[in-house]
Amino acid sequence: MDALSGLLSGFSIALQPINVGLALGGVGVGTFVGMLPGIGPINAIAILIPVIFAAGMPPESALILLVGIYYGSQYGNSISTILLNVPGTASAVVTAIDGHAMTRDGRSGPALAISAIASFVGGTLSIFGLVLFAPLLAAWAIRFGPAEYFALMIFAFSALSSFAGGSLVRALASTGFGLWLATVGLDPNSAIPRYTFGQLQLLDGMDFVVVTIGLFAVSEVFQLLEETDRGQEAAAAIGRVAVSTKELALTGWTMLRGSVLGFLVGVLPGAGGTIASFLAYSTEERMAGRSGRFGQGDIRGVAAPESANNAAANGALIPLLTLGVPGSGTTAVLLGALLGLGVTPGPLLLEEQPDLFWGLAASMYVGNAFLLLLNLPLVGVFVKALQVPRWILIPSVAALAFVAVYAVNGSAFDLVLMTAFGAVGYLMRIFGFPLAPVVLGLVLGPLMEKNLRRAMALSGGEWGVLFDSPIAITLWAMAAASLLVPTLLRRWTRELVETTPEEGL
Amino acid sequence: MRSARLALALALPALAAGCAADPDARGWECLAPAAAGGGWDLTCRAVGSVLQELGLAPGLVRTTNLPGAGGGVAYARTVAQRSDDPNVLVAASPATILRLAQGQFGSLTESDVRWAGAVGAEYAVLAVSADAPWRTLDDLLDAWRADPGSVIVSGGSAVAGQDHMKVLLLAREAGIDPLRIRYVSFDGGGEAMTAVLGGFVHLFTGDASEVEGQVQAGRLRPLAVLAPERIGGPLAGVPTAIESGIDLTWVTWRGFYVPKEITDEEYRRWVDVLRTLGASPEWEAARRANRLERFFLVGPDFEAFVHEQVRDFRAMSREIGLIR
Repeated sequence: MDALSGLLSGFSIALQPINVGLALGGVGVGTFVGMLPGIGPINAIAILIPVIFAAGMPPESALILLVGIYYGSQYGNSISTILLNVPGTASAVVTAIDGHAMTRDGRSGPALAISAIASFVGGTLSIFGLVLFAPLLAAWAIRFGPAEYFALMIFAFSALSSFAGGSLVRALASTGFGLWLATVGLDPNSAIPRYTFGQLQLLDGMDFVVVTIGLFAVSEVFQLLEETDRGQEAAAAIGRVAVSTKELALTGWTMLRGSVLGFLVGVLPGAGGTIASFLAYSTEERMAGRSGRFGQGDIRGVAAPESANNAAANGALIPLLTLGVPGSGTTAVLLGALLGLGVTPGPLLLEEQPDLFWGLAASMYVGNAFLLLLNLPLVGVFVKALQVPRWILIPSVAALAFVAVYAVNGSAFDLVLMTAFGAVGYLMRIFGFPLAPVVLGLVLGPLMEKNLRRAMALSGGEWGVLFDSPIAITLWAMAAASLLVPTLLRRWTRELVETTPEEGL
Repeated sequence: MRSARLALALALPALAAGCAADPDARGWECLAPAAAGGGWDLTCRAVGSVLQELGLAPGLVRTTNLPGAGGGVAYARTVAQRSDDPNVLVAASPATILRLAQGQFGSLTESDVRWAGAVGAEYAVLAVSADAPWRTLDDLLDAWRADPGSVIVSGGSAVAGQDHMKVLLLAREAGIDPLRIRYVSFDGGGEAMTAVLGGFVHLFTGDASEVEGQVQAGRLRPLAVLAPERIGGPLAGVPTAIESGIDLTWVTWRGFYVPKEITDEEYRRWVDVLRTLGASPEWEAARRANRLERFFLVGPDFEAFVHEQVRDFRAMSREIGLIR
């Protein structure tokens, strides 16, 4: 079927009143659960699945609802990230850097607004990609073997070399710390415990939510407490709520680039959204050069990762629908739902169930529009959360952190661990070590290790396999360029202009 | 000060848990020993909703996810803290049995719980890429015997897990040295299958529902199902391994255990409930929706089956050098 006529027939399905209602309900629920880190879309979807089966909903309607939750939660998560510095997913961690810095500047309104707009742009553009290139990209994703994934991880880490305006050494130290945390738990191959010190609770490794909420939210609480102690009574100023045309103009290309990058990386199963948001952020930071205030509240630092992670979320539907490979925890649950609805993901899905595929694609336009319409007016309401006095705000953030972490595994040990990470995060802030690379190391570490070991197992221990395909070589070259070019540029410009030494964040 | 904060940190969740865990006020609970979305989770949710539908359960059947240590956390919790709770079911599968057999739940054994029943199953499939040179299982085994290093196998479970075990058993049955089998572990069946499609590995071992889409699209060639007889659905024409003279079946059953200290009467009630479920058209429909084959075993029969499977797996693990 021709893509355009397919899409038109898709709209006739998506615009049926029931499906419009489901899309609206889905993004609403998604936004809400996304705001509560630790609860998140996975649980919302898992809870709804039996309800959907019992209600006998047609597959396309069910999918419209579930996918609505999925991308609604992407946006919802950015609300708690920007306002309270409580990122609930790895891809939101990057948004936290400049998003929360903007909040501290009294620019939370524009930050939330640009996050909604960037999510919309990323979501909408990537749907075009989904419609036009799904089969092509599915074939591309298959070409990514263990060696290519390993090279991709190296490329992602190389992007940290000038992260958030901080020093290279500190960023690398933070990454190393994250990678070390990633080794805690059972060895993925031999199931031998590493760094668990005989603690049963550590066998499964460091949970992402525990570490992230500890590092970000709990250390934030400590810092707020310290500021309160100094007598700064006022909560963060609110300032204007709307985003200005100047800011929109500034972020236009950023969102476009973020969307394309996010979509392409999102197609790769694994850590698509995380890598995409980090890469989009570091790309923008480099392109901005000296004009940027990345790390201190640059609006492009919000627009880039938000457009990228929403685009990546849609990109991840490609391997899900055409290969049956879930690219994330949430898509794994979606896969279970699909199978239960009698939908077999595979290359034939598009031919055999065009209603489903095109109906879904069209409903994503509808859902994304709802998300924007729903959330732009609400920015003013969300921002009010900051007006509450500190004696309410601080304990609330702490309570949210504890509830979120306890919700993950129901383990009190995690709460102690989270508090410890809060202390670590506080110290890291004092000494100017960036927090985000820790999370990148923690999330990508296991993937990097497993893919390296797989590549070695496939080649029988030949290291050459890592440089054996055009894709891998390209990625290595990009990693090398991303490490070397900024350093060389800096050396040249230093010869030309005298600059004041920059202070680390 | 520090200890006070710690105490508070510890007290909060205990309080929350205390509110939720009033034993009389709540209905039945199904523990899924993994995160939402996995096989155990779906088993709990599917069975739970049919139990509600049939009115067998007193109200809602809650599914609680208790991930950790490949089911070990839920197992330990059931044995240590819920040992006489008559209202809890815990989802299990051969993965549970394999870990018990390999001693991965510490000192806990299969006798520390009571096995209630299995309500459905999936059968394993061996598949290769559509452009692979092997057309039948015999082709593959001939090439494999000639050079055991030439075939790389992928699966979605860890080393020594279910998918690895299947292949080692296949090798043993086919007269290939299990120690020379090259197995690469991926995160889940989907990724393992993609590696076959991408030409990085040669043979995929997974469950039937995982390969259906790619088989229908002509990208994967199923060589054999590890079932006692041919199965239905899109894989209807695929021969069993037994037809090639390989005496191997692999049943990924889905079932439940219950705490050990409940009374015999309470245990019988679970068995009766599962039996009623198994005979109902509602479960028949849910089983089909969840792509499960018919496989039903409850009560003492299931207990005997589980104990024998533990012995089997333990012997095999020892024989192929996975445990000492």
